[in-house]
Amino acid sequence: MQPLTNKAQAVSRQPMTFWERLYLINIIKGMMITFSHMFKKQPTTRYPEEKRPFSPVFRGLHVLNRDEEGRERCTACGLCAVACPAEAITMEAAERLEGEENLYREEKYAAKYEINMLRCIFCGLCEEACPKDAIYLSETFAPANYTRKGFIYGKSDLLIPNPTTEATDLALARGVEA
Amino acid sequence: MGRHLTQTILIKHNYISMTILAFDWGLVIEKLILIAVVVFGSLGIALYTTFGERKVAAILQDRPGPNRAGPFGLLQPLADGLKLIMKEEIIPTAANKWLFILGPGLAMTASLMTCAVIPWGSDIELFGRKMALQIADINIGVLYVFAVVSMGVYGIMIGGWASNNKFSLMSSLRAASQAISYELAMGLALIALLMTSESLSLKTIVEQQVKGNWWNIVYQPLGFLLFFIAALAECNRTPFDLPEAENELNFGYHQEYSSMKLGFYLFAEYVNMIMSSAIMASMYFGGYDLPFFDESTVAPNIAAMIGVGTLLIKIVLFIFVFMWIRWTIPRFRYDQLMNLGWKTMIPLALFNLLITGALILANL
Repeated sequence: MQPLTNKAQAVSRQPMTFWERLYLINIIKGMMITFSHMFKKQPTTRYPEEKRPFSPVFRGLHVLNRDEEGRERCTACGLCAVACPAEAITMEAAERLEGEENLYREEKYAAKYEINMLRCIFCGLCEEACPKDAIYLSETFAPANYTRKGFIYGKSDLLIPNPTTEATDLALARGVEA
Repeated sequence: MGRHLTQTILIKHNYISMTILAFDWGLVIEKLILIAVVVFGSLGIALYTTFGERKVAAILQDRPGPNRAGPFGLLQPLADGLKLIMKEEIIPTAANKWLFILGPGLAMTASLMTCAVIPWGSDIELFGRKMALQIADINIGVLYVFAVVSMGVYGIMIGGWASNNKFSLMSSLRAASQAISYELAMGLALIALLMTSESLSLKTIVEQQVKGNWWNIVYQPLGFLLFFIAALAECNRTPFDLPEAENELNFGYHQEYSSMKLGFYLFAEYVNMIMSSAIMASMYFGGYDLPFFDESTVAPNIAAMIGVGTLLIKIVLFIFVFMWIRWTIPRFRYDQLMNLGWKTMIPLALFNLLITGALILANL
């Protein structure tokens, strides 16, 4: 049969010589190999101090976007919830009242917006479904939590900092995520 | 009558106080301090040997190893110890309770008792007293070491049997037969050394190496190799760690143990390692002798301190070799272990004995 790789090597069936049977030389050879590994570079990434960059298409935790004036973009149309294969998203819509124009971009907004991070499979279909550019997947992942409740992220966890009033926070968040 | 009784009591009292005064209390205090230092020192080193083992393993395998607890992970052994103490103490209902408790204690005692005859340095002078840095310089030191080391097997045997678990029993049987087989080769390798040194006292053997030009390793290379291999087997270290073979026996004789009893078994193994390193360093590598250095040129106290440091460095180097071997060589099969012990090591040791005897006869 044709060998599939060129890595196959014929095994020597010769009886072992005296020095080979003694094993000591081979043991010392093996110990030299392990000793040489002491001076090799470790491939370890020391995680909390040192992070490996994510790929640009990484899909991490969701963020709810604001526009340049700091108004929430989400109109609670529910397309993301419909698109979600894991049924992780719930929302409640409300009508924008007089005087709230600086808070919400359009007449309707999400009064409650929750994503269950234990259900979410981070497929990014919500991001694709959103007609208002309101939801994006960032480059961080959900931190550990002690309770299941802690994994249900509300609006306060998801909304990005307001670019007009909390510009430094936003820059910090961008810097961490980028 | 009354006077007579008082007199008797007085005489008796006098006699007792005379005995108490005649006793060299300085010696007792000196030895007690030395015992405390040596025992707690060995325990401390053993604690950090567990850390060293993990670190050496990691570095040989291109990993960083434990580095989270404290700077460079230096508090890791303390955290491990705390964990072991806090764990629930479990004694299986089917186990023989007293023997189950006795096992780890015996293992620990036997491994710590070895340190009594190891000379840690030359004599020092403190408060006008000459103090030997050795707990007991007995003239049969080598025999004492052998006797105590063999007792360590009882700890394993009793623990394995009392657990009432077939894996534990199997592993303790293995440990016992392995120890008996390798003790023979070890003893035979040592007899050749004793023939050249003509003394059983460890202090004398070390002093000879300090005064003479060469260490015993030069006279007994084969003997040292055999002794070293046998020491690996005696300490149940890889490649001879069959009593702990994880893949066949789960965990070996300490399978049923939990909490600090398990800790004692694991600890005893590391103390054994330190003690056998110390003995190998003393017998074959000059003990506290720093090569190319004349101890008589400095004050005796400083010379003794240099000696202690030298011995500790030698011990650490031996421990490193033990670990290095562990993370290089796979475990032997049981029949291979027995073949090596009986069919290779013992004939070689006898051959070494013969050669040494012939050379002594020829006055070389």
